[in-house]
Amino acid sequence: MRIVVCIKQVPDTSEVKINLETGTLIREGVPSIINPFDLHAIEAGLQLKEKTKGSVTVITMGPPQAETALRDALSMGVDKAVLLSDKAFAGSDTWATSYTLSKAIAKLGADIIICGKQAIDGDTAQVGPETAEFLNIPHISYVRKIEEVTDKFIRVHRMMDEGYDVVESSYPVLITVVKELNEPRLPSLKGKIAAKKAEIIKWGINDIQADENDVGLKGSPTKVKNIFKPQIRSDRKMLEGTPEEQVEALINELRGLKCL
Amino acid sequence: MSVIVIREKCTGCGECLPSCPYEAIVLKDGKAFITEYCQACMTCLNVCPEGAIVEAEVSGKEPVEGYKGVWIFAEQRGGKVASVAFELLGIGRRLADDLSSEVSAVLFGSTEEEAKELIKWGADKVYFASDAIFDRFNDEPYTQLLVRLVNQYKPEILLAGATPIGRSFIPRVAARLRTGLTADCTSLEIDKETHNLLQIRPAFGGNIMATILCPNARPQMATVRPRVMKRGVYDENRRGEIVKVNTDGLSSRTKVIGYVKEETGLSVNLQEAEIIISGGRGLGDSKGFKLLEELARLLGGVVGASRAAVDSGWIPYCHQVGQTGKTVCPKIYLACGISGAVQHLVGMQSSDIIIAINKNPEAPIFNIATYGIVGDLYEILPLLIKRVKEIKGIQG
Repeated sequence: MRIVVCIKQVPDTSEVKINLETGTLIREGVPSIINPFDLHAIEAGLQLKEKTKGSVTVITMGPPQAETALRDALSMGVDKAVLLSDKAFAGSDTWATSYTLSKAIAKLGADIIICGKQAIDGDTAQVGPETAEFLNIPHISYVRKIEEVTDKFIRVHRMMDEGYDVVESSYPVLITVVKELNEPRLPSLKGKIAAKKAEIIKWGINDIQADENDVGLKGSPTKVKNIFKPQIRSDRKMLEGTPEEQVEALINELRGLKCL
Repeated sequence: MSVIVIREKCTGCGECLPSCPYEAIVLKDGKAFITEYCQACMTCLNVCPEGAIVEAEVSGKEPVEGYKGVWIFAEQRGGKVASVAFELLGIGRRLADDLSSEVSAVLFGSTEEEAKELIKWGADKVYFASDAIFDRFNDEPYTQLLVRLVNQYKPEILLAGATPIGRSFIPRVAARLRTGLTADCTSLEIDKETHNLLQIRPAFGGNIMATILCPNARPQMATVRPRVMKRGVYDENRRGEIVKVNTDGLSSRTKVIGYVKEETGLSVNLQEAEIIISGGRGLGDSKGFKLLEELARLLGGVVGASRAAVDSGWIPYCHQVGQTGKTVCPKIYLACGISGAVQHLVGMQSSDIIIAINKNPEAPIFNIATYGIVGDLYEILPLLIKRVKEIKGIQG
């Protein structure tokens, strides 16, 4: 079975702080990591490989430094890594990203494509389903359990509100996975050494025969107009004094509002 | 739009370099230079003291003509229309009024009775597809029919719930229609000049807000999380039209074999609770939640948490409030040791009363608080618990 896992390199957003005066991000010293949900996608790919004697290819689109994320994935045990990097890809929204990924996946050939349910920097959860649409294959979102894999079909549990669906699909299929699916393995020492030496396949726009009007900023239907920080509430009251006085003031306010 | 440097204005001070989340600005020949890593996020625009970094319009695309009206996708589960549909009708109605056009709902499956409910909640029209294929959610037939309807009727705006259903198939619809889709919008407005939809959402893991446009493609598509928008006005006497939709030729390569309902416990209570006592990174460890539980019990509330507390493993995910957790709007929201990343704020900012306890007077949570207490939560909370017990006449 040919398994392709899509990953994204993201800034560790829990470390990102905001400069309140300028409303901009302070990024100094913020590490880049593999999107946490994608680690579960890699683990799912490796487990499927072990079960079906297949191969796992990991793919990412991003700047040249995203190679680090691919090497991390290689150290976990994936067989092959592809970096989609081209000046033409810069500024892609989810539409253009999905289009570009689908072109590369079509070139690789895949029976199962696995994505994390969303990336922690954008939180859109759109690239998985959109990529499936471009490939004209079915997808199943929010997979939290893979119940059965045969050479004809895959049966999974899809998370829904207040429960789950049991869903079956033929191949090829794309699934997006949630954290509950598995516990990602840590890279072995052997894996780390192999990952350092491994060759990474690098593809640009011409390698995947993508249309220049459909990639990057040019191919993206959505545009960022501006970014800003949220506004301050006008009726705010700061409660001053010793802890005892602060608590008393709060009690009085809540009693005044008949909340106590 | 893209970002450019006006070389004449740039002094080469380098202040813009660390502001870029993508490390896309370098100094070249003593001037700032935007490399191909630029994602056009516009973060650097406010940073330059000389105003040398500006956005440039990408020209060559014409606005799209012939699209009219606001659509909302009314999802149903087990035949019952989900409440997020009524919330979408609330905002959809407002947008349609601003555009002097109509708001229509799209309902796949369920009954004509439910379609009539959508009219009472504000829909001028309901496109209703009655077919057993919609009894259970399945991405492909949903995608096929919605794409077909959009191509036939050409709405200029299409909104859907950011639920497991909406988040799963709506991206496919956008991909096939070659249009933009903005996830988890917290505010939607019409730009008075261009009549474009201004789609506001948290960005960068919820550290800041962004306004997104879809200027050259239609429909403009956005998802909204449940309980973010207010419902419209329910009018028993409102009249509207139900348009029966043909469902011939739908198919699916996936099969939904069954549905298993589970007790989700606290996560359900969280959205219905009137009082939420929430804890974040400032708690320091899982023991801090014992205090919150005690106070919540006394006040008849439930315990919430920030993403930081959940990611640290101090409390299960079902307690998480925020963009990637639950959106809540209780009467009282008490935030303890929560700094207030936008990702958290968007999940609780519509609460009636927000009380914030934090050591750091600069914490952004104070920006949206009704009452702010700068102090150590391990001093404040025990005192607060003691006083509440006294008032309620509880011993100990």
